[in-house]
Amino acid sequence: MALLERERHRIEELPSERFTRDDPKFAAGKIAIFQYLVVVVFIFLVSGFWKLQVQNPDVYSEAAERNRIKSTPILAPRGKFLDRDGRVIVDNKASYSLLLNRDQIKWEHLPAIAEALQLDYGDLAGKIRRMGSTPQIIIKDQLTRDEIAFVESHRDANTFPEMELIKAWRRQYPQDGFAAHVIGYVGEISESELNSAAFIDYHQGDIIGKDGLERQYDHALRGVDGKQRVMVDNMGRERQIAEPQPAVPGKDLQLTIDLDLQAVAELAMEDKRGAVVALDPRTGEVLAMVSRPTFDPNKFTGRISRTDWNEIANDPYKPLMNRATQAEFAPGSTFKPFVALAGLESGVIDDETEFHCPGGASFYGHYFACWRQKQGGHGKISLHRAIAQSCDVYFYNVANRLGIDRLAHYAELAGFGHKTGIDLPNERESTMPSSHWKMRMFRQKWYAGETISVGIGQGAVTVSPLELAAAEGGLAVRGKWYKPHLLKSTAPILMRSGNLHSENLEDVVYGMYGVVNEGGTGRVAQLPNIKVCGKTGTAQLASNQLLKGTKLGQSMKDNAWFVGFAPEEAPEIVVVALFENGEHGDRAAPIVRDVLKAYFDKKARLSASHFAELRRLSPPRLFADAQDLYPKGNVQPEGVVLQ
Amino acid sequence: MPIYRSLRELDWPLLFITLALCGLGVLQIYSATSGSRWQDAWWKQIIWIATGLAMMWIVSLVDYHSLLGHRVFYLYVVSVVLLIATALVGNKVFGSTRWIKAGAFTFQTSEFVKIVLILLIASYLTTLKTESLEWKDILKLAGLVAVPMVLVMKEPDLGTALTYLPILVCGVLMAGLRWKYLLVVLGILVVTLPIGYHFLKPYQKDRLVSFIYPDRDPKGTGFQVIQSRIAVGNGGMWGRGAKESSQTHLGFLPVPHTDFIFSSFAEEHGFVGVVIALVLYFLLIMQVVQNAQTATDRAGLYISMGVASLLLFHVLVNVGMVVGRMPITGIPLPLMSSGGSNTWSVFLMLGLVNSVRLRRFVN
Repeated sequence: MALLERERHRIEELPSERFTRDDPKFAAGKIAIFQYLVVVVFIFLVSGFWKLQVQNPDVYSEAAERNRIKSTPILAPRGKFLDRDGRVIVDNKASYSLLLNRDQIKWEHLPAIAEALQLDYGDLAGKIRRMGSTPQIIIKDQLTRDEIAFVESHRDANTFPEMELIKAWRRQYPQDGFAAHVIGYVGEISESELNSAAFIDYHQGDIIGKDGLERQYDHALRGVDGKQRVMVDNMGRERQIAEPQPAVPGKDLQLTIDLDLQAVAELAMEDKRGAVVALDPRTGEVLAMVSRPTFDPNKFTGRISRTDWNEIANDPYKPLMNRATQAEFAPGSTFKPFVALAGLESGVIDDETEFHCPGGASFYGHYFACWRQKQGGHGKISLHRAIAQSCDVYFYNVANRLGIDRLAHYAELAGFGHKTGIDLPNERESTMPSSHWKMRMFRQKWYAGETISVGIGQGAVTVSPLELAAAEGGLAVRGKWYKPHLLKSTAPILMRSGNLHSENLEDVVYGMYGVVNEGGTGRVAQLPNIKVCGKTGTAQLASNQLLKGTKLGQSMKDNAWFVGFAPEEAPEIVVVALFENGEHGDRAAPIVRDVLKAYFDKKARLSASHFAELRRLSPPRLFADAQDLYPKGNVQPEGVVLQ
Repeated sequence: MPIYRSLRELDWPLLFITLALCGLGVLQIYSATSGSRWQDAWWKQIIWIATGLAMMWIVSLVDYHSLLGHRVFYLYVVSVVLLIATALVGNKVFGSTRWIKAGAFTFQTSEFVKIVLILLIASYLTTLKTESLEWKDILKLAGLVAVPMVLVMKEPDLGTALTYLPILVCGVLMAGLRWKYLLVVLGILVVTLPIGYHFLKPYQKDRLVSFIYPDRDPKGTGFQVIQSRIAVGNGGMWGRGAKESSQTHLGFLPVPHTDFIFSSFAEEHGFVGVVIALVLYFLLIMQVVQNAQTATDRAGLYISMGVASLLLFHVLVNVGMVVGRMPITGIPLPLMSSGGSNTWSVFLMLGLVNSVRLRRFVN
């Protein structure tokens, strides 16, 4: 009580009486409202946390992960290409690429970066905008020493933290477009490719095979990129380096290509336009494939410069086109062995059937000339000489007796009119006319008169060098047509083998032996001690009479074909050469002869025990060192004829 | 023995809650700043708290009535002068002048103005003793609050300036405002807010814009909003554990020991920790309100309600900012955020509340 008294006393001493002793109960309702407000505020706040922490925490933990973990790709090297002996054709060279981390890109940095690396600012900005979702954008490959120094000295947190160097692999192709069409080239994936279903598991900025085997086997070659994960702070400074996830290199591919033969074929085609294909007819293995003009795929690795691209893309001779699989020309006289075979098999002729060749003949009111018209024709001529001398009149008659459909039946057996199915992209399909074909294509009846020129491989019949090689090769191995392929590990696939009479096949092959060895049109292809068979061909582009002396003459010159295989009794190799504007088949024959010679020379050397020993001891080398495989003093394959 | 009686009569639940929150704060400051350049902030905070407790006790012994009337007006005038002095001679930190250097430590004037305003409004409203306010009174009060508010805004410190508003609003509403007046005031606010927007500093406008559209500029002004939200979400239900939070420790959270301490807390202790902390704040405010209900007179009621409304506003704005439900204003979380001035000002306010409580049985 005393305390209370004292307290009251104290209060009464206060400076102003008016602040005390009033009734505070008037505000009770308002305080209650305030309490409700407090409850509402806390519910509002807790619901905010509920939404972020309980309802979708994954979204934010992933965002936090993205914040702190910077993942840099470890690029997987692409698989190498090896030749059939294990020598490297295409290798990878380590280089450095510059990438920008999207999170850290500041637009005001870009002009300076572009200038230092000699990039076009517009291109760079466009690229960064285009690749909106990619966390890291590679902006330059194959940095020079100076550029690497620039990046290293400017990638600190205060200057251009978005820059990052990564080790990249540059594709190293053989020089001067060697085997460029077979191998193809790589490049950055395009917008349209990204949108197509075939590239569903690819990402923007990926380097992919654009053509040739690079494209065909892209999945096997590309490997899986690894990741280097680094914990970073808000300034992008690296705090802790996590265990890297290593890259899985792409698979190396061993090809059926023989570098020695390829080199010879490349040399033989120097300064010419056309194609060379060498196959092993017993398996379909492609030993060499050359297309000219060619291009340098090294220019395509990574990001091709615009001028280089324009130069290649606007070349009227289309250097990017693989003439071996995509050029379609009339087979000319190289078709005659198939006409002969069709004639023999269907019984319209036998090996003694004779026709008279006065230099030309009339069928259905049209006159058809023989190529020996000026010399007065071939006179009386039967099958063997007709093939050897390539007598047109003989084959006009055979075709006339056969009719188009029987002829087409045997030609299609050999592969005419079908893709070979080789493991290269964009193979073109050839044409083998027939009455069905004409009805389907033109809604017209086939006229018997049209068959005559098909008999000498003109008219509507077309073929690519590869198809012709496959067709002739099948004939050479006595009626077994294998699917051509480029991958060494592929087992031979027998496509077709008609129930053909072996004596008929022997007759035709013997005729082709005559072409080379009995003073026929293919004398040039003769090789000592090797029984080479062959056939010349000239694919007419337009009537010769008309064009002689005109300006168009050069560009409209006939295309020369030569097909050769050896040895006659059991052919191991078939070679087809197409020499555009070569005028006559005997101009293409030396190319084939060189390749055949290289093949048999190498075979002879390989069988020598000395060489076998040397080979066992020496590991596979880079292509540039291929000559080291040969005994000293015998550096070049013999007999290479430089044209 | 008044002192003896005071100790026994102190609001012990309030003190317990206060110390619990301070404890969470210190632990979180310790965890969030370990290894950073602020790593000794935690023991500094302990000093602030200890001195703050002493201040609270001293203030609780002072009869709040003695602070009202002329004395509070003098305090008010001194505050305004100090604010002007801050603007003239203050220390510039982070681009705004909020601190006055007094010897070894700096001192944020605007924090203490809150207490002066609470007392001033309580004093003014008590003298009226009417059931509802007249325009004259409202304008007078608004003018009294507006002067320090404008000065603080000029520092510029919009957040702290805004904390003066709930004191005024709460006081006016408690004193009684006619519905008609309320509607008029609301109408004026609706009209003047868009105009007021034009007077904001560019960075303040950016904060408002980035509050509504944080993803518009995720690297710039939206950065804090987004990073805070990521930190909170990253905590999940149970949290990442103390010192295990990546957002806090890799520097993605801006100032994880002051304004964004609750983001850091939410990341490390998850939803469960958040609920515990928010319950403590809820109880803290409710305890202050309870003191208002039991206050013996109007002055005590206005003081307690002023403190309650100020605390509520702080928690709402700071925690709301952390979850992205409020724009970034940069006001600290009472009792948890590291900092001397704000810790002291909260303890001083709680001292006032205790002063009211100690005198509740009078008459």
